[in-house]
Amino acid sequence: MTAQLEIRGVSKSFGGVQAVSRVSFDVQQGEILSIIGPNGAGKTTLLNCISSVFHPETGAIVLDGRETTRLAPPRVAALGVARTFQNIALFRGMTVVDNLMLGRHIHMKNGVFRSMLYWGPGRREEVAHRQVVEDIIDFLEIEAIRKRPVGSLPYGLQKRVELGRALALHPKVLLLDEPMGGTNHEEKEDMARFILDVNDEWGTTIILIEHDMGVVMDISQRVIVLDLGAKIAEGTPAEVKATPQVIKAYLGTKATV
Amino acid sequence: MINRECGVYQTTYEGDMALYPLPLARYSTLAVVVVLALLPLVLDSHMMSLANLMLLASIGAIGLNILVGYTGQVSLGHGAFMMVGSYTAALVTVRLGLPFWLGLPAGGAVAALVGAFFGIPSLRIKGLYLAIATLAGQFIIEWVINHSPWISGGVQSTIYVPTPTFLGWNINNEYRRYFMVLPVAIVAYVAAMNLVRSRVGRAFIAVRDRDVAAEIIGVDIFHYKLLAFAVSSFYAGMAGALWTYYLKIANYEHFTLATSVSYLAMIIIGGLGSVLGSVFGAVFITLLPIVLVYVVEGGAALFGFKYAAIADFLANLRLIIFGGLIILFLAIEPEGLFRMWGNVKRYFRLWPYSY
Repeated sequence: MTAQLEIRGVSKSFGGVQAVSRVSFDVQQGEILSIIGPNGAGKTTLLNCISSVFHPETGAIVLDGRETTRLAPPRVAALGVARTFQNIALFRGMTVVDNLMLGRHIHMKNGVFRSMLYWGPGRREEVAHRQVVEDIIDFLEIEAIRKRPVGSLPYGLQKRVELGRALALHPKVLLLDEPMGGTNHEEKEDMARFILDVNDEWGTTIILIEHDMGVVMDISQRVIVLDLGAKIAEGTPAEVKATPQVIKAYLGTKATV
Repeated sequence: MINRECGVYQTTYEGDMALYPLPLARYSTLAVVVVLALLPLVLDSHMMSLANLMLLASIGAIGLNILVGYTGQVSLGHGAFMMVGSYTAALVTVRLGLPFWLGLPAGGAVAALVGAFFGIPSLRIKGLYLAIATLAGQFIIEWVINHSPWISGGVQSTIYVPTPTFLGWNINNEYRRYFMVLPVAIVAYVAAMNLVRSRVGRAFIAVRDRDVAAEIIGVDIFHYKLLAFAVSSFYAGMAGALWTYYLKIANYEHFTLATSVSYLAMIIIGGLGSVLGSVFGAVFITLLPIVLVYVVEGGAALFGFKYAAIADFLANLRLIIFGGLIILFLAIEPEGLFRMWGNVKRYFRLWPYSY
């Protein structure tokens, strides 16, 4: 079985800091894969490499048999990679609907003249994509806040809107950087449910960074563990939990006096 | 324009996404257009010239707001882009004999090209640094036009343009010029309103708010920054071309750095990121000095001063009050006149039964 996304020996350093070193793994179509690791393990950097915010120094990233390592971020988005950010990166002054409509940007064609005219084909396209956006609003149960500027929303809802914006791209691969970070228990449960539903209904491949071990072990099919930029374990949640290196990285070793 | 949502239920996305979704807002906007069209019946020639100046400034201010307010790219070269439009219009009219309604888009198009070219630094630099780069653009364009007799028509850098005509109708007084400027201003306004609420406008705002996030969701920020410069300069070029047909003269002195700065003042006072705010700002900056003349002169007369004796003092007093008022407005409402207008609308939304 060929993988949908292949990470082949990816390395990235900042000055003297080796953030990611020679990480390789495959992601199968339709799976939920979690990346875990202590702070500074290189999880977000790896995600940034996949979505081309950074270009890795060595190695390659292959999506559906096509190398995306050096492409510009908008090109990677057009190939079907969407993501959310650890510190929410929404367009704060815009409404929820407009943020989600921006998620439809790559699927729309309106240029300056059609936009200025807002009549005929230009208007039809806007309306058609508004319908897609409304489906997502429906799915995420955020109907009541659709016309609110996102800057005025509570944190948990902003996380949900950001997921909505990523979903609006209709991605093949969805990268979620700590979607539950800083949210309360209920919001965590909601988010876990949405992630499972997205995976279930659309078969979207999901790569998830998360610190909450309960959530990670519950919803992911496979787990990758990074420590100091290197992959130290890979496998099902149960396998990973039993790996000595993981226990060492998370809990440390027995103190010797 | 007026918010009274009560009893209005949108059942289609078309209705919900309309420019003015509320019936009352549609009627009040239509009423404003009708009033604008009927103004010449009640105003004298001097007042009409003021109206024309305000409309001309509005077109330029809307253009600058698309670039600065919506896309977040500061530009100090707006005056120069207007200059490009102005001279283009003069040249195509004098050399090629084109009518004004072809000279306008020609001025806009050439300005858009030049604007996009001077927008290239925005791909690398932001904020104040970009302001300095566009400032260089202002001086370069001014210098090139001044020093190319082929463009500026000689030492005075002045090109005289014949009276514009439309279907044999001579546009030779303030009333007729009003009907040359008003339709262009309305089209410019509606086009800008449509632009900022659709795909391209959203991309502009995305570039302004979070450029990294914009790239990640597929907005090519280089493309949209240059596009913003082009669209903004098209507006500037149109405004410059209209100035040429309005004054029947193209002269670089109308479009210096001071012009660029005053257009920036318009959109800051009117409200960054608002099309209507640009119009408010244009009206404010155009009218304020003129109103101050009356106020200051009237005040001087009231206290029994002879105008001629204190003319210098009054001229300076006027400038001081002008600056003071701008500071006062910004201190009271940093988000500009548009925000004030919004506050008034919000108050009347539930009036008289607000709680």
